[in-house]
Amino acid sequence: MAADLNLVEKSRVMDASAMNRALRRLATEIVEKNNGAENLYLVGIRRRGVPLAERLRDKIEGLENIKPFYGILDITLYRDDLSTVGANPVVNRTELDDDVDGKKIILVDDVLYTGRTIRAALDQLMDFGRPKKVQLAVLIDRGVEHRELPIQADFVGKYIPTKQNEIIKVMLKEFDETEAVGIYHRPSE
Amino acid sequence: MKLLITNGHVIDPAAGQNSGKDILVEDGRVAAWLASSDERPSDAAIIDASGLIVAPGFIDMHVHLREPGHEHKESIASGCAAAVAGGWTSVCPMPNTNPVNDDAAITRYMIEQAERAGLANVFPIGAITKASDGTELAEMGEMKAAGAVAVSDDGRPVPNAGIMRRAMQYAADFGLPVIDHCEDKSLSSGGVMHEGKVSLLLGLKGMPALAEEIDVVRDILLARDTGAHVHIAHISTAGAVEAVRRAKSEGVSITCEAAPHHFTLTDSAVAGDGGESASAYDTNTKMAPPLRSEQDREAILEGLRDGTIDAIATDHAPHHADEKSLEYDRAPFGITGLETAVGLAFTELVHKGVIDLVRLVELCSTNPARILSLTGRGTLVPGSVADITLLDPEHVWAFSVADSRSRSKNSPFDGREFRGKAITTIVAGRVVFNERG
Amino acid sequence: MNTEKPYRRRDLLGIRELAASDIIGILDTAENFREISNREVKKVPALRGKTVINLFFESSTRTRTSFELAAKRLSADAVNISVSSSSLSKGETLLDTAANLDAMAPDCIVVRHSSAGVPHRLAKVSRAAIVNAGDGANEHPTQALLDAMTIREHKGQIDGLSVAIIGDIVHSRVARSNIHLLTKLGATVRVAGPRTLVPKDFSYLIHDQEFAPGAKPLEVCEHVEDAIRGADVVMILRIQRERQDSAYFPSLREYSIHYGLTNERLDLARRDAIVLHPGPMNRGIEIASDVADSSRSLILDQVKYGVAVRMAVLYLATGGSAVNS
Repeated sequence: MAADLNLVEKSRVMDASAMNRALRRLATEIVEKNNGAENLYLVGIRRRGVPLAERLRDKIEGLENIKPFYGILDITLYRDDLSTVGANPVVNRTELDDDVDGKKIILVDDVLYTGRTIRAALDQLMDFGRPKKVQLAVLIDRGVEHRELPIQADFVGKYIPTKQNEIIKVMLKEFDETEAVGIYHRPSE
Repeated sequence: MKLLITNGHVIDPAAGQNSGKDILVEDGRVAAWLASSDERPSDAAIIDASGLIVAPGFIDMHVHLREPGHEHKESIASGCAAAVAGGWTSVCPMPNTNPVNDDAAITRYMIEQAERAGLANVFPIGAITKASDGTELAEMGEMKAAGAVAVSDDGRPVPNAGIMRRAMQYAADFGLPVIDHCEDKSLSSGGVMHEGKVSLLLGLKGMPALAEEIDVVRDILLARDTGAHVHIAHISTAGAVEAVRRAKSEGVSITCEAAPHHFTLTDSAVAGDGGESASAYDTNTKMAPPLRSEQDREAILEGLRDGTIDAIATDHAPHHADEKSLEYDRAPFGITGLETAVGLAFTELVHKGVIDLVRLVELCSTNPARILSLTGRGTLVPGSVADITLLDPEHVWAFSVADSRSRSKNSPFDGREFRGKAITTIVAGRVVFNERG
Repeated sequence: MNTEKPYRRRDLLGIRELAASDIIGILDTAENFREISNREVKKVPALRGKTVINLFFESSTRTRTSFELAAKRLSADAVNISVSSSSLSKGETLLDTAANLDAMAPDCIVVRHSSAGVPHRLAKVSRAAIVNAGDGANEHPTQALLDAMTIREHKGQIDGLSVAIIGDIVHSRVARSNIHLLTKLGATVRVAGPRTLVPKDFSYLIHDQEFAPGAKPLEVCEHVEDAIRGADVVMILRIQRERQDSAYFPSLREYSIHYGLTNERLDLARRDAIVLHPGPMNRGIEIASDVADSSRSLILDQVKYGVAVRMAVLYLATGGSAVNS
């Protein structure tokens, strides 16, 4: 991302082991709240929600000996800013190979901010069928004061209150050189 | 009423003249050529032709003036205005008007309309067959008496060789040249551009060179058989040029003309500038005969150079913008040409070293006058009609259809820059166009 | 008329204008649209509020339906306009029609016309993105794209394949678009059919592409058998009865005997060769019924991929970015 070149790191809020601990806790909470892993369906939101969902799936399997269902959502075609962004973004594939009807869906994303991505994901999910229940798990929640829609997370790895001009970056080895969470800001702002 | 053209360089191939001379015009005729020592009349209006070529008036032996019948495309007055702005003092309209010029009354009407406009001379070409439908002969003798200078069915060429043979025999009796648009429509029907690589590329139906050549060869055989004078209109293929070259060497009474677009453009123009697809399929690249291959264009240049081709004629074919706005398949054939021909001849032929200025005058004046037996024209010898074209070979200018005098704007040369232009056009001693104001 | 296009709109006039990377971008995007047609709700809101006009001057139920479904599955408002050429001859010119449609501010006009070059002319005067749905004998880009998708699905890739195209090459927009696409993506194409319908200098079609020295990416074969021998893909073109009336060949019967795809001829191709046909088929004429119904024939796959390809094309034409672009 070219825009990243202008970002200056302010502080590092999680390293790899902290991230892993948070995910382990999230897995436990998910299993606890859902009385096991029966009918759980982890759905990662592209891009960084996908590896997080995979890791949660593996951890839940380790806890319960049941492999939860797993899928990927690409919310591009459901974005509410398609007619205003410069060029329509690239569409990637949505992969929900198992039926969502009657399942307990855990939507997984890296950062919860305005809530608009989750709105798009919920709309898309409903086009696939009628889940029994949808819950939201995020690694970072930037705080309810940024929310533009009435959306809250059911499972939060770390709550980090931020200012609007700050940017939270979740770096994962699947996409980045390191595994960490940092707070950045643009020097010009 | 005297007019003195001074300081010009006179080129009159018919008189073997190619040097500085002053020309005195009196009562619509050339009165005298004055040497520097001769006395100048004091009562003559003066045109200073310094730096200009003084040539016998240019004669375009192939135009479409659309009147009567298609005045939304052009009228005789608007066509003549375009003609004189392009340096042409005389134009020869083809008979495909509505009604077809197959009758002395229509021939006379055209001439009267031209006289009313008072710009260029109009020498109509009569139809070969009634309504140009290829069956019964039109009254050539009567049309000639009314002022027709040749016969042709132009865009609807006579397909039947037997009728064409009798038409030639009959026309020869009256000394009328038979002008043929050579196109065997059984080979070209449905075609909208030259059949070749570009038509394959664009998925457009082609008109093969063969369609033209088969008729040229037929006409050569018929000319030899009948002794008539055959003139091939807008020759466009290498094979046709070669056939005419051979026929001429064998003494057949045959001449031919080339149109400026055929010595300038090729079928690649249909595919757009530089092959850019957004500019492809421009209907101003659609004409009959079509823009041919580069090899054909080169053969036209060679024919112009070596004398195989006798004349440059525009095939000025105005069409209304609505008609040219149709699909490529459905748009009519033809482009305007009267105002761009001299610019193209200078730019593409003279300045590129294909022909010299003497040859240019031959192609645009001397030869058309000879082919059409226009006595007293095509030359500036004393006693001839004072139809004069003054040319500036170095004048750089750009053509804009918005400024065209023609009623139609269907030119592929809009915005094109030229070097060389007709500056002043004089018809029967009267200045009918003057670039210098 | 203000003809400047809003900067995000892109025309698809033909495959000839596209680079190999553009083609792959469209195909990859189309792959990602395939899954939508398998959903319970076969609709995404991507083009909500956008207007797509299907302007068909030539009837084509199949292509028009495919474009209409594609537009609707993207939530665009799709309007079909069928203009018979007879109503055009009543005086409205092509450019009048374009100006009238433009005044209704569509985002995309999908145009099919029997005259080559109509989409190009519209693209010059319209503010909408123009998508060519077939123009005369020139191009049919979405057909070539869905053919490519079918081939990729079954052969993995197009690079290195040998493709035979049999039939009425000279009048075929499907052949032209396919030849451009396949040669740009590295396939070798051999064409064959009656000499009256297969011009010998047809390889000029790809003259402005660059190939390795000595490569023969497009070959005109004298015999159908030469084209099919060793082919990975055999593409059969529809033969039009009108061609018989214009003396391009003597009879459909003779055509089927000498140029039709029979099992015997197909045996000359590779054992795993697939058969494509742009439809609608003349069974027993250009393709034998048993070939058409065999498992090697992928004609229904072609139709299925058509919707995904056209969704991708509409999405990209109205501003989307292609995968890998």
